[in-house]
Amino acid sequence: MDLFFSLTVNGLATGMLIFLLAAGLTLIFGLMDVLNFAHGGLFVWGAFSGVWVYDLTGSFWLGIVGAIITGLILGAIIEYLIIRPVYGNHVQQILITLGLMLVLSELIKVVFGPDQKAATAPEYLQGSFMVGDVILIKYRLFIILVGFIVFGVTSLILKRTRIGLIVRAGVMNKEMVQTLGVNIRLVFMLVFMVGAAMAALGGMLMAPYSGVIYAEMGLEFGILAFIVVVIGGMGSFSGSLLAAILVGLAQAYMAYYVPALSLAVNMLLMTVVLIFRPQGLFRVGVK
Amino acid sequence: MMSTLLELNNVQTHINQFHILHDISFEVPKGEVTVLLGRNGAGKTTTLRSIMGLNPPTEGTVSYKGQVINKWKPHMIARNGIGYVPEDQGIFGDLTVGENIRVAMQKEDETTTEHLEWVLELFPDLKKFWKKPGGQLSGGQKQMLAIARAYVNDNELLLIDEPSKGLAPIIVEKVMESILYMKEKTTIVLVEQNFMMASKIGDSFHIIDDGKTVHNGMMSDLKQDKNLMKKYLGIA
Repeated sequence: MDLFFSLTVNGLATGMLIFLLAAGLTLIFGLMDVLNFAHGGLFVWGAFSGVWVYDLTGSFWLGIVGAIITGLILGAIIEYLIIRPVYGNHVQQILITLGLMLVLSELIKVVFGPDQKAATAPEYLQGSFMVGDVILIKYRLFIILVGFIVFGVTSLILKRTRIGLIVRAGVMNKEMVQTLGVNIRLVFMLVFMVGAAMAALGGMLMAPYSGVIYAEMGLEFGILAFIVVVIGGMGSFSGSLLAAILVGLAQAYMAYYVPALSLAVNMLLMTVVLIFRPQGLFRVGVK
Repeated sequence: MMSTLLELNNVQTHINQFHILHDISFEVPKGEVTVLLGRNGAGKTTTLRSIMGLNPPTEGTVSYKGQVINKWKPHMIARNGIGYVPEDQGIFGDLTVGENIRVAMQKEDETTTEHLEWVLELFPDLKKFWKKPGGQLSGGQKQMLAIARAYVNDNELLLIDEPSKGLAPIIVEKVMESILYMKEKTTIVLVEQNFMMASKIGDSFHIIDDGKTVHNGMMSDLKQDKNLMKKYLGIA
């Protein structure tokens, strides 16, 4: 039972990292109808810039702030220069964002060097404690906590503030939102920046979790995030949390109980969901 | 003499490779209800969308309060006092009735509060279902919400596209009553296929045929002109 509990905590922690990446992706797709295959690049840039600030200052929290700022700035630049000219054209979006993903990964090597980088959690987040017979690793619990905080705060903003209402309305019918006096282009940029910042935060949290970071990890996590977005329902924020947790847990359990299936489990999960609920677990509101 | 609030002059609109509007020209006097009539596919909805900037004109001018607004984005047009009720109502299905209205409120001042109170009085169902998701409302209630949302701001002009479409006669009556109330406070451009409703509400009319304004006049005169009604509206 304690093994099962440990696997669950591991799965939840991985799920939360994927959620941070997928949450931005789902909002960007839902609101802006943009298929952003470069989203994983923002994850990896968050990881490298955050670890760089962390190494430079010795402060893990400043590292997190650095990653978030990197995400916000990169998000603004990418939305303005790369995404804006291809709104409404999925083929162009796929081509240009796939290209951007490669550029972002290679630029990591130019800026931070070609080697993998090691990262450790700050001392106060290292180690573990026992609850009964179960060993709980502090850093994993920290990731789970951060994931839920990000979910809670973002949900609150989406539900209780006017900008949140506008984003939710925009996901359902962006044309109508404009005719109500909302500058949707500004909202697009804001959502893209926030999505990029969430991905960058995920990357920074990932660094001490895996111990090493490398330029190609964005692509690996980017694919997972896309699976999560499809399972959760494209455009659904709550759906992305549930789907990310499902994917994280499925990976953790399968890797231990059925290792042969561990690589295929996400695709299987997506296939099952698509067969029974083609619109994903959560359906975004009708127009 | 009534001043002109909106003027379209030789408006032409293309959507992708299709030339939809060929020559739309008409004036909307302040304080009146101007009805756009015509058969299905004549270009009435595209005319409203062109005014709103959703399908901007490729030729000609749209002037609002003397300013040419052709190149303005839809949000700028909305902020300058033009409200829009689309044919499909554009209700945000996952948002509650209250949230649908909050999204529409560009500011929360005395005027919008007054307008909100007024529409809730006019449409008590909206107050009753304030916390119900917009997607769960009946067709008539959705139409009421769409009208309320356009009216809640201090708009000087409302563009309303086929408010009676798909509604039961008793609900059409209610919607008509609400537009008649609004007529006292604002200027309206109405696209309507239901001739009974159009003739009761409208002051003047413009007939659109194949993307062109082909005829105009006072609504009271149109009711007498059986030939015109048959030729352009298919009403015998």
